[in-house]
Amino acid sequence: MHKSTEPVLSGVVGFFDDADSLIDATVKVRDSSFKYFDCFTPFAVHGLEAAQGLKRSKVPYVTGFCAFSGTGLAFWLQYYACKTSWPHIVGGKPFNSLPAFVPIMFEGSILLGGIATFFAMIYFNRLPNLTKRAFDPAITNNRFAILIENPITNKYVDEHDEDEVRANAFSSEAAESFLKTVGAKEVRKVYEEGWF
Amino acid sequence: MAITHNTATDIEVLEKPVDEVLVTGGRTYAEVNEDVSRPLEAFPTAKWWICFCFAITAFGMGATLLLKTFAVGIGVWGLNQPMGWGTDITTFVFWVGIGHAGTLISAILFLFRQKWRTGINRSAEAMTIFAVMTAGMVVLTHTGRAWLAAFWLFPYPNQRQLWVNFRSPLEWDVFAVSTYFTISTIFWYMGLVPDIASVRDRAKNKLRKIALTILSLGWRGSNKNWVHYEQAYLIFAGLSTPLVLSVHSVVSYDFAVSQIPGWHTTIFPPYFVAGAIFSGFAMVVTLLVIMRETFNLKHYITMDHLEKMNKIIMATGMIVGYAYACEFFIAWYSGSPFEQFTFINRAFGPYWWAYWIMVSCNVLIPQLFWIRKFRRSVPVMFVLSLYVNIGMWFERYVIIVTSLHRDFLPSSWGMYQPSWVDWGLFVGFTGFFFTFFLLFVRFLPAIAMGEVKSVMDKPNQGGAHA
Repeated sequence: MHKSTEPVLSGVVGFFDDADSLIDATVKVRDSSFKYFDCFTPFAVHGLEAAQGLKRSKVPYVTGFCAFSGTGLAFWLQYYACKTSWPHIVGGKPFNSLPAFVPIMFEGSILLGGIATFFAMIYFNRLPNLTKRAFDPAITNNRFAILIENPITNKYVDEHDEDEVRANAFSSEAAESFLKTVGAKEVRKVYEEGWF
Repeated sequence: MAITHNTATDIEVLEKPVDEVLVTGGRTYAEVNEDVSRPLEAFPTAKWWICFCFAITAFGMGATLLLKTFAVGIGVWGLNQPMGWGTDITTFVFWVGIGHAGTLISAILFLFRQKWRTGINRSAEAMTIFAVMTAGMVVLTHTGRAWLAAFWLFPYPNQRQLWVNFRSPLEWDVFAVSTYFTISTIFWYMGLVPDIASVRDRAKNKLRKIALTILSLGWRGSNKNWVHYEQAYLIFAGLSTPLVLSVHSVVSYDFAVSQIPGWHTTIFPPYFVAGAIFSGFAMVVTLLVIMRETFNLKHYITMDHLEKMNKIIMATGMIVGYAYACEFFIAWYSGSPFEQFTFINRAFGPYWWAYWIMVSCNVLIPQLFWIRKFRRSVPVMFVLSLYVNIGMWFERYVIIVTSLHRDFLPSSWGMYQPSWVDWGLFVGFTGFFFTFFLLFVRFLPAIAMGEVKSVMDKPNQGGAHA
């Protein structure tokens, strides 16, 4: 959509060489007037989520709910097959042989809980990500970055609401100089670009 | 080793900071990517091709013998009355057991904050998945008509409302093994996503880049993503920990819930789990010793890693040895003549040789690891890990064959002799496993780069740019 016209400014990125300077800079960006930003790292940096002011992930709630659903579903499946659908005496045991159902109830909980965890992670992370290209190959290698995002192109604000657009006007110069003051080794603009 | 000889290293050990060095050779982050990705980007070496040709030939031979089995029936195996199970279930339990080390390393060691796991977890998890696949193949084959197995393994809704028997441990096993395979695979893939992104960002070929972009789900290393990712990873570790303990417990129920003397014992679940970890770690050592040599990964899979695994092999080997002794004691203490007969027959009956191979390989030989020099010697640990693999295969052979060949009535007694098809299939399944493992080390990053970087001690960054 944007290929035909001039590139759309997605944000300004500042690079850092190690995790500690990234965390220090992140705290400063968080406390600045730039509301929309994200950090990019080659591995999970501990303490960065607090520096960035991110909330705790909600993945565990999904896991918990689905794991208990798995327990119930596995019980229901066995109860239905053994008691409702075709009651059948096996080894002189009652139709509802609860103790014998426990192993499959356990496996059902883990199976559903695990699958749900993965898909919850995918959902919360908006993966698979097709629209936002990685802006530098060094991010998955050895460099750390802060991306101050343009609220309008990243759709954090409603582009039809003129007041909001005006309030969130993005100045790449201001972002660039700010990133330099917090210690970025290299600063550059990032344009919106998809993967394919 | 003489004490005086050791002084220099002892001082080094004393002076070493509490945090151990997990990646040696002063590697930088960029060098981690370089070292791990190199085997994936070059044409495979001659060594790899030789191994691969062996593996795929064995697999092809196994596939041919599977065709024979399917065409003629499982009568081509050495099974008879009363020997309903033979090398088929032996090999199944063997591979499922091997599959336990990967999840143990990735999940349990993660929860215990054992940072050294990062160098070995990826390849151990891959080993788990391929081992469980192999086990699945074996057990599907043993049903005789594997193409119909969906009907009698899974609760498949059908017109006649015939359900599987949920009160049978064999059915629990279907759920346990398939859940284990599913969860291990998802866990492994999730761990791979950031690393595939690393390889993607190095890719020069356009098609390769597209394929890796899709596989990496477009991962960009955003910290908003890392937060959910790390949380999910922790949960997976938490879910996998009881799972890994449950799977081999359930496999042991296949025996323990029956009423066959020698099988019907409550010690089986912990005994099987310890045996699984034991054999799994032995297979990890076998594979990693080869991998670190051929792919030059000695900075990541260090001697300290190998030594720790050898300690685990020794510890679990002694648990297994204790279980062997305990079984004998309980057989005597139970006062049951059937139990007593079975165990005396196990050690001194017609299959005495299998029993003593098992004891030598699993209990006696690993005692060499008390000596530090042996724990840190690559040739010693390689040979020893092969002994453990052999011993653990024989453990299952002993359990199955000695308990079945003496039925309750002497008129029903029999003997078991595996046929050449049995042995051929064993080699074939081993080839199946190694084919997948070799493809894995060729196409996917065998070291968890992202995780290794997170435990490196503030590496010297070298040149700031990649």
